[in-house]
Amino acid sequence: MAARWRGVYPALERAFTLTATECCWAKVTNITSNSCFPCLAAQCRHVKPVTKSFLVTRLGSQSRRCWRLSHSPSLAHIIHSCSRGSRDTKEQNARSLTLSGHVGFDSLPDQLVNKSTNQGFCFNILCIGETGIGKSTLMDTLFNTNFENFESSHFEPQVKLRAQTYDLQESNVRLKLTVVNTVGFGDQMNKKESYQHIVDYIDTQFESFLQEELKIRRSLHNFHDSRIHACLYFIAPSGHSLKSLDLVTMKKLDSKVNIIPVIAKADTISKSELHKFKMKIMSELVSNGVQIYQFPIDDETVATINTTMNGHLPFAVVGSTEEVNVGNKMVKARQYPWGVVQVENESHCDFVKLREMLICINMEDLREQTHTRHYELYRRCKLEEMGFKDTNPECQPISLQETYEAKRKEFQADLQRQEEEMKQSFVQKVKEKEGELKESERQLQAKFDQLKRQHAEEKSVLEEKKRALEEEIFSFSNRRAAAELLNAQTLNLKKDKDRKK
Amino acid sequence: MADTAKTTHPQPAGRPEKGAEFGYVGIDAILEQMRRKAMKQGFELNIMVVGQSGLGKSTLINTLFKSKVSRRSVMPSDEERIPKTIEIKSVSHDIEEKGVRMKLTVIDTPGFGDQINNENCWQPIMKFINEQYEQYLQEEINISRKKRIPDSRVHCCIYFIPPTGHCLRPIDIEFMRHLSKVVNIVPVIAKADTLTLEERDFFKQKIREDLRVNEIEVYPQKEFDEDSEDRMINDKIREMIPFAVVGSDQEYQVNGKRLLGRKTRWGTVEVENTAHCEFAYLRDLLIRTHMQNLKDITSSIHYEVYRVRRLNENNTHPSDQPNGHSNGVPTHEVLSHEM
Repeated sequence: MAARWRGVYPALERAFTLTATECCWAKVTNITSNSCFPCLAAQCRHVKPVTKSFLVTRLGSQSRRCWRLSHSPSLAHIIHSCSRGSRDTKEQNARSLTLSGHVGFDSLPDQLVNKSTNQGFCFNILCIGETGIGKSTLMDTLFNTNFENFESSHFEPQVKLRAQTYDLQESNVRLKLTVVNTVGFGDQMNKKESYQHIVDYIDTQFESFLQEELKIRRSLHNFHDSRIHACLYFIAPSGHSLKSLDLVTMKKLDSKVNIIPVIAKADTISKSELHKFKMKIMSELVSNGVQIYQFPIDDETVATINTTMNGHLPFAVVGSTEEVNVGNKMVKARQYPWGVVQVENESHCDFVKLREMLICINMEDLREQTHTRHYELYRRCKLEEMGFKDTNPECQPISLQETYEAKRKEFQADLQRQEEEMKQSFVQKVKEKEGELKESERQLQAKFDQLKRQHAEEKSVLEEKKRALEEEIFSFSNRRAAAELLNAQTLNLKKDKDRKK
Repeated sequence: MADTAKTTHPQPAGRPEKGAEFGYVGIDAILEQMRRKAMKQGFELNIMVVGQSGLGKSTLINTLFKSKVSRRSVMPSDEERIPKTIEIKSVSHDIEEKGVRMKLTVIDTPGFGDQINNENCWQPIMKFINEQYEQYLQEEINISRKKRIPDSRVHCCIYFIPPTGHCLRPIDIEFMRHLSKVVNIVPVIAKADTLTLEERDFFKQKIREDLRVNEIEVYPQKEFDEDSEDRMINDKIREMIPFAVVGSDQEYQVNGKRLLGRKTRWGTVEVENTAHCEFAYLRDLLIRTHMQNLKDITSSIHYEVYRVRRLNENNTHPSDQPNGHSNGVPTHEVLSHEM
């Protein structure tokens, strides 16, 4: 029975090497079955703990129990790729299977490219440099269009960043280009805070991407990526060395963005001075520990050209959108009384090199570096700052879910507390208002009573007077009646007297 | 902060000589750069095959990729027993063609539909698929995560329908109904050389009818067509599914050429002859034209649905929930709000 299994997992019988990109196994030199497998299980993150016990049981007997390893699919396919690899190594010194016919998946890169072409590309460049150093002109020259630019004033109180987005198209490739210019860089009297705005801007772009990535309902493939992919740092052509502002800014930015330094207005420097200047700049950058972007040399197709170009950094560029007649062609150039500086002439300046490197060869690599290096670093720092960890103090992996839950509970508790507080203060206010109202009600009542009493008093006084008046009238009318009676009596008496006569 | 000014400036096509042409920028070189990057990185593809034993799954996969990639070829051949429960076995290979490297993983499900009681046969498979999504999600939300997250999500599930000639069976409908929501399903009629052309057409029609009645959306899904061009191409495919395929890894001499086929006494069924069976269409769909699309739909739609559902749950492990209803209803963006 053992014989059947011998040779099936030859790799497990010898030593592991890293095969797939999933697991990181060390090369285990001390081979006994017990030592290999715990090592494997511990380091391979995809293995569920239950298989640990199976692993430790001997491979030696290679019984059917061993077969259950494949219940964990990732382990199964690791073992198989491992074993297949070793088997094929014995046969044909290659890790792959040979296909016996044309399958057709060599069209995969085309499918991928087609999909990307339909979606369009986006590229964001940040230009940092003093006002008037030629950033906008260089952008115009580089992309062969006339971006709507206007001259900035030299009197900006703070460094501002102005971003403009353009849709460019060349053959069937659509590019959404965003050019961010620093306005007022290097113009202030006190330049201490100049770089801060730039750093903040870059961080804001990372933040918005991070937010989108962390959303529950997200649409990453439709998201307009505004992270800065390349930063062109314009060095003033003094001919001596870098300014301290340059060094400070570049040092702050080198871990956040791919920096490509360029020497602007290079037609003011002669060739020999230029060479010395470049050496000085590079040595200063190295001695200050500034990591500028190095063109990648791991891909054989572009390794040679990238290595040469790495030696030409920083590029000395001249920008111009005006055309001058040279020979019998119209070329982009700057015309001086003593000669014509042609932009696209490689012996005059490094413009063509810059365009070649930035756009034609390394654009994709710039984007990839931004995403995998700078953005990941930002993300890691940001999440750690917010208190998320991969492992808790007992070194067990915390799921982000748990941390979210904890945060959520905290947040809810906070909300509850605030709600309580608000309720309390509301109740308080209500009580006060009620008290006030009661008070004024009481006052009103008192006033009303008082008025009523007054009214009653006056009424009784009036009643008195009225009674008195009525009495008077009564007595008056009595007297009048009496007087009339008397009058009438006397009259009657008189009449009687007259009759008697 | 960004003033958007749109300046479209069509450039002359074609790459001129160095230093000669005025007006060339070089933006289209990015296509070349992308291609280079893709070739360097290599591709990954994960296919799952589901069907009863004896339907020719392993043979078909071997035929598709023209090499011995299936489980049967890798395992010692005495594993002929039919498993008591559904097992999930995945086998990975690195294959290369014309400089394009691909890591192909074939996930086999022996034991599907073979038991007496097949209720919930789809559950282990659903669990497996969700586990792959979970793995990817965990890696993605790590603080320090890898440069390239290894993609073990199932991109495509080929479902084998036995050639009864009548209609879909309850197990087929159940399975496809549950799984079409989480993975791209490509149904195929297995061992199609037992059906005549009329029987085949009738069968296909019945199947399409059944799928429509049960509201099962198989790949290519109507709702994910991006533009009218896509829709046209996909409509043609939708009229042909399910593909009636015959698999074979043996070559025979036919008309002076060596072709893959099945030799019988009454003739030889040629696998790659479109008049005989539709294997060529299946291969073109899966590999030559729609492979990237399969991966895209998996990563941007199925995975996102899973992610939404998962991030809205309260810490329950996905394997506790066998029902893969993918219409989680998230109410608000809690995370970004909290942060």
